[in-house]
Amino acid sequence: MNLALTEDQGLLAKTAADFVAERSPVARVRKLRDEKTPPGFSRDLWREMAGLGWVGIPFPEWAGGAGMGLADLAVVLEALGRGLAPEPFLSSVLLGGQAVLLGGSDAQRKAVLPALCSGDRLLALAFQEDGSRYDLNRIVTRAEACDAGWRISGRKIQVLDAGAADQVVVAARTAGGERDSVGISLFLLSAKIPGLRVRPQQRIDSRSAAMVELESVVAGHDDVLGEPGSGGALLEQVVDRATVGVCAEMLGLMTEAFERTLAYLKTRVQFGVPIGSFQALKHRAALCFIEIELSRSAVMAAARAVDEDSPEAQQLVSAAKARCSDAAIRVTNEAVQMHGGIGMTDEHDIGFFMKRARVAELTFGDAAWHRDRYARLEGY
Amino acid sequence: MADLETLRAEVATWLRANAPASIAGTMLTNDEGIWGGRKAVFPSLDAKRWLETMAARGWTAPTWPREYGGAGLSPDEAKVVQQELARLRLPPPLVGFGLTMIGPTLLQFGTEEQRREHLPKICRGEIRWCQGYSEPGAGSDLAALDTRAVLDGDHLVVTGQKVWTSYADESDWIFALVRTDPIAKKQEGITFLLIDMASPGVSVRPIRLISGASPFCETYFDGVRVPLRNVVSKMNAGWTVAKALLGHERSMIADVFGGGAPRKGKGSALAALARRYVGDENGRVGDPVLRDQIAQADLDTKCLALTVQRSRDAMKAGHRPGPETSMFKYTATELNERRHELMIRIAGPQGLGWEGEGFASDELAMTRAWLRSRGNSIEGGTSEIQLNVIAKRVLGLPD
Repeated sequence: MNLALTEDQGLLAKTAADFVAERSPVARVRKLRDEKTPPGFSRDLWREMAGLGWVGIPFPEWAGGAGMGLADLAVVLEALGRGLAPEPFLSSVLLGGQAVLLGGSDAQRKAVLPALCSGDRLLALAFQEDGSRYDLNRIVTRAEACDAGWRISGRKIQVLDAGAADQVVVAARTAGGERDSVGISLFLLSAKIPGLRVRPQQRIDSRSAAMVELESVVAGHDDVLGEPGSGGALLEQVVDRATVGVCAEMLGLMTEAFERTLAYLKTRVQFGVPIGSFQALKHRAALCFIEIELSRSAVMAAARAVDEDSPEAQQLVSAAKARCSDAAIRVTNEAVQMHGGIGMTDEHDIGFFMKRARVAELTFGDAAWHRDRYARLEGY
Repeated sequence: MADLETLRAEVATWLRANAPASIAGTMLTNDEGIWGGRKAVFPSLDAKRWLETMAARGWTAPTWPREYGGAGLSPDEAKVVQQELARLRLPPPLVGFGLTMIGPTLLQFGTEEQRREHLPKICRGEIRWCQGYSEPGAGSDLAALDTRAVLDGDHLVVTGQKVWTSYADESDWIFALVRTDPIAKKQEGITFLLIDMASPGVSVRPIRLISGASPFCETYFDGVRVPLRNVVSKMNAGWTVAKALLGHERSMIADVFGGGAPRKGKGSALAALARRYVGDENGRVGDPVLRDQIAQADLDTKCLALTVQRSRDAMKAGHRPGPETSMFKYTATELNERRHELMIRIAGPQGLGWEGEGFASDELAMTRAWLRSRGNSIEGGTSEIQLNVIAKRVLGLPD
């Protein structure tokens, strides 16, 4: 494993950085938030990103993708994270898209992936429930066998971009008890299927999320991704990939928040000197720098480990999420603190970074949860 | 990469053929290693043979040029040697400040004569070096040092006191910072000097630490005559050399405590310790709070090792250690202290023994190691100094 960007990745990073600077400044995110119009992101910009090949990065070439890996996608997500871009990479490319790629039949893949890569189709993955916190196996939503296939009832919460999705992958229990990993199945459903209702939720980062309520939704046998009952392992694999994605985004947002804070430390004058000359602030800034550097190594290693199918991949994903969660919270808290009063105002952008950092921290497991998972994987 | 794999096979074959059988699994920590020098003590005849065999192959300093006793390997090739040593559980044949500090500094700043005189002796473990930087009045403010060196013909005459000279009582030569211009700005009147400790006027007194051990000394110079050819770089240009060496020192400290340290066995050592003291519950370490602290320490160790690796991968373009080594020094030492504290907390009351009955020998050693570790964030530039360096030289924050 080499922890340096390849030449191509370096170029990709540059292109993405330029794109974000020009097309996706934080002011755009503010406008989207204030306008409150669904879907909470720009369809046009999404198609442009698809045109640049970014949406298709982790999909095969036959589907219109680039056949590249998470290490490449992470470069783009980091750049987008700097601009807090809300376009649906997590929901469509990493959650829904990877579920179809890794679990779907040939027919399902052919029906979904080309449209996804071209930017025309959006997916979502509904896995979280009331009280499940980060336990992927804790699923109460039930799918009972019926003549047509399966009859699904239950409620999913905080489903990313469910409001805009054309298809929703729903995790439901076809067998087993409330916390068993066996007996979970993933269903690929049209968002318009009778009995499926999407109720928007407003979160602090103003990104699109929704409750997905299923009332006797009837799914066909062909709507299951993989074998019925074997969705637990698939779900874990998919969420691991998405976790790397959210880590890359956190890396971008904490780097940006930190650089903005550094600039402020050098220009804000109190007591007749720039506040960045005070040792109390210097040391805290240096600690933030160290946190970001450690996070970067962990994210790069996790992405490469997943791409290389390393036996250490899960450990490294948890290492990255634990590290990035702690780091992003520390850095964005310090960012607001060091900006002082202006940092508390809605008018200033720095608060946007803190809000998104908090959402990212509590997505797919916080630092303590991932430390516990790491310990379990390491046999203690 | 195919070349590296060929090399790997050759290295493994050679090591199997040449490493004394008894050496595997011994001397795996830096402290237990062979430090060499005229007063060298070898734990076994095989340890001595191991040093001689490896030195003859140039593998005590694999990246140094052959003419100075190295093997002329690239960093990647040297890493292969290191990896094969680790894989076969073979200890490094030689450790110490010659290899990690003064050697790289002479390669960067030394004259041809100085390199030819000193580097081969370092590679063969014949001369042991120590570092004369700190003084009673110059700790974090190193440039305030006051050991005087006055020109007298083709010699400098050195008078003053150094402190915290690691293992000075077991060393043969010292590289020291001395003041040669008392009027100039404090950084601009310092010279970097190589001094034979057998010279008349050098005396050494060990300092007893809170751990009971004496790894450090006070070193006194009383009119010590040092030939001018022992000046590294130029008169009054020592501060630049000193800073470059500090970069090597910080990388070395980070290696010892973090990235490059050889591991004893597989799995989490902290978890194994916790099993011994708090037991198992459903196959997991019984105490969830300790478990979290162990995972945190292990994850931080992992992230540090990955960052050291990332820095090496980025340094393949021939980049020298810069201010980022402060990050490694800070992180590695703070982490090492945390790990030692955690070990004591895991052991509970059994971690409180000083000596005598009721405590196992490894428990006593663990407690002493914790006490010794408290110095990690002080020696080699305090944690606060490292943060200052990062703030100033990496982040560009104003004075």
